[in-house]
Amino acid sequence: MSLSELLRMLVYVVGVMAFVGLNAAYLVLAERKGAGRFQRRPGPTEVGYAGWLQPVADGVKLLCKQLIVPPGADAALFRLAPLLVMIPAMMSLAVIPFSETLVGRNINVGLVFVFAFGAINVMAVMLSGWASRNKYAIISAARVVSQDVAYEIPMLLVVITMLMATGTMNLHEIVQQQAGWFWHWNLFRLDLNPLMPVTFIIFFTCMLAETNRAPFDMAEAESELVAGAFTEYAGMGFGVFFMAEYANIVVGCAMTTLLFLGGWQSPFGVGSGVIWFLLKMYAVVFTVIWVRWTFPRTQFYNLLNLSWKILIPLSLFTLILTAVMMKVLRA
Amino acid sequence: MKKYLKEIGGGFYSLMLGMRVTLAQFFKPTVTVHYPHESLKMTPRFRGHIELVRDPKTGQAMCFACKVCEKACPSDCIIVEGVKKEGEKRKSVTEFKLDFTKCSLCGSCVEACKSNAIQFSKAYNMVSMNKEDFIMNLFQKLESERSADGQATATPPPEQPKSEVP
Repeated sequence: MSLSELLRMLVYVVGVMAFVGLNAAYLVLAERKGAGRFQRRPGPTEVGYAGWLQPVADGVKLLCKQLIVPPGADAALFRLAPLLVMIPAMMSLAVIPFSETLVGRNINVGLVFVFAFGAINVMAVMLSGWASRNKYAIISAARVVSQDVAYEIPMLLVVITMLMATGTMNLHEIVQQQAGWFWHWNLFRLDLNPLMPVTFIIFFTCMLAETNRAPFDMAEAESELVAGAFTEYAGMGFGVFFMAEYANIVVGCAMTTLLFLGGWQSPFGVGSGVIWFLLKMYAVVFTVIWVRWTFPRTQFYNLLNLSWKILIPLSLFTLILTAVMMKVLRA
Repeated sequence: MKKYLKEIGGGFYSLMLGMRVTLAQFFKPTVTVHYPHESLKMTPRFRGHIELVRDPKTGQAMCFACKVCEKACPSDCIIVEGVKKEGEKRKSVTEFKLDFTKCSLCGSCVEACKSNAIQFSKAYNMVSMNKEDFIMNLFQKLESERSADGQATATPPPEQPKSEVP
């Protein structure tokens, strides 16, 4: 391995960590500001100019708190769980192409890589619930597993649909196929599958469920389960879970952008670059926040019903439709 | 099948309507009052603690220590004392104490007062670490207000040479 290769790796590791850290910190602020605006109040305003230093104050406060391992808890797993939530989110960012040239590692199975690491998130939340030795945490853990299993199926069916439509698992190539005007984006490629917008909505819904965001925040469900799987966590242990939630949102929104919204491609065919990727990604992030502050958390059964009765049949249908169209139209 | 699709479509439409409502709120100005920096003006009917009313002509207290309020108070939190001064028709108040820690803000004293000598104040920002701060000497407060007022309105005395100031 040459020195330049080593340097490149180091720069990317530091870059990804900084990107995740900054996003986690400032998406919390964006969430609070956004929540405020949706409720006709300005959100945090006291720390720094218009509350811009609020994440720093929160971070310092969390760092000052003691990390308590409850008696009877499985100390090793209890400490391991926050790491297991955070690391997969960072790993996923290594293969996400920010622009034509800006990518940590351009691997051929990028699509599978991201979803494989996304699945670890579920296990980590379950571990934290299990290791806490707390009834609320264990109820939450059971919910997380059943919910995320239910939503992983339609999500992966959609991914298979996209895989069939694009013919590659390389994220870089998937984006390159969407070059040109915005009707070349996969979202508007009705010639591949006339139900593409429906596929997009299924994917977005499953992404919300996978990141445990309201209205799918059964893991936290503070009005029923205190703080769910995170009940026993204090200080930065809790903070890392929180940061991981936002890191996962970033990864989910980045995947939505890459798969459906043309990644770094400009909607007008010229001036493509990292700026378009970030613009689209943060627009999706805004939608995530917007959805959270619009819809209340529903009953658990309804969430499972939504997945098993609506999303899975619909995504199966789009999968079959894509297969048929490929066979009939392009044969 | 038709019902199933209709249900999905209808449900999705209603979700979109909800999203539209919240987005419309997002772009409207905020409506909250930022309490330590801003505060709401109290309404005219607000019932704060009671205070003595001044006669607009003389500037003295309207109260003539008839002690009706003292008797009307269900929690015994008012103490009134007065003296009859030489050459005046009525008594004048010399002490008016309110123990606000006991007051239930029922307003019986204000209702009982025949000469409209007491009224509700608009003060509501009342916080203290000392119980003594809420045993209020309302007469003293009125007098100090009166002297402050008098200084503000009276013409300033002609300037004295500096040497004469002790």
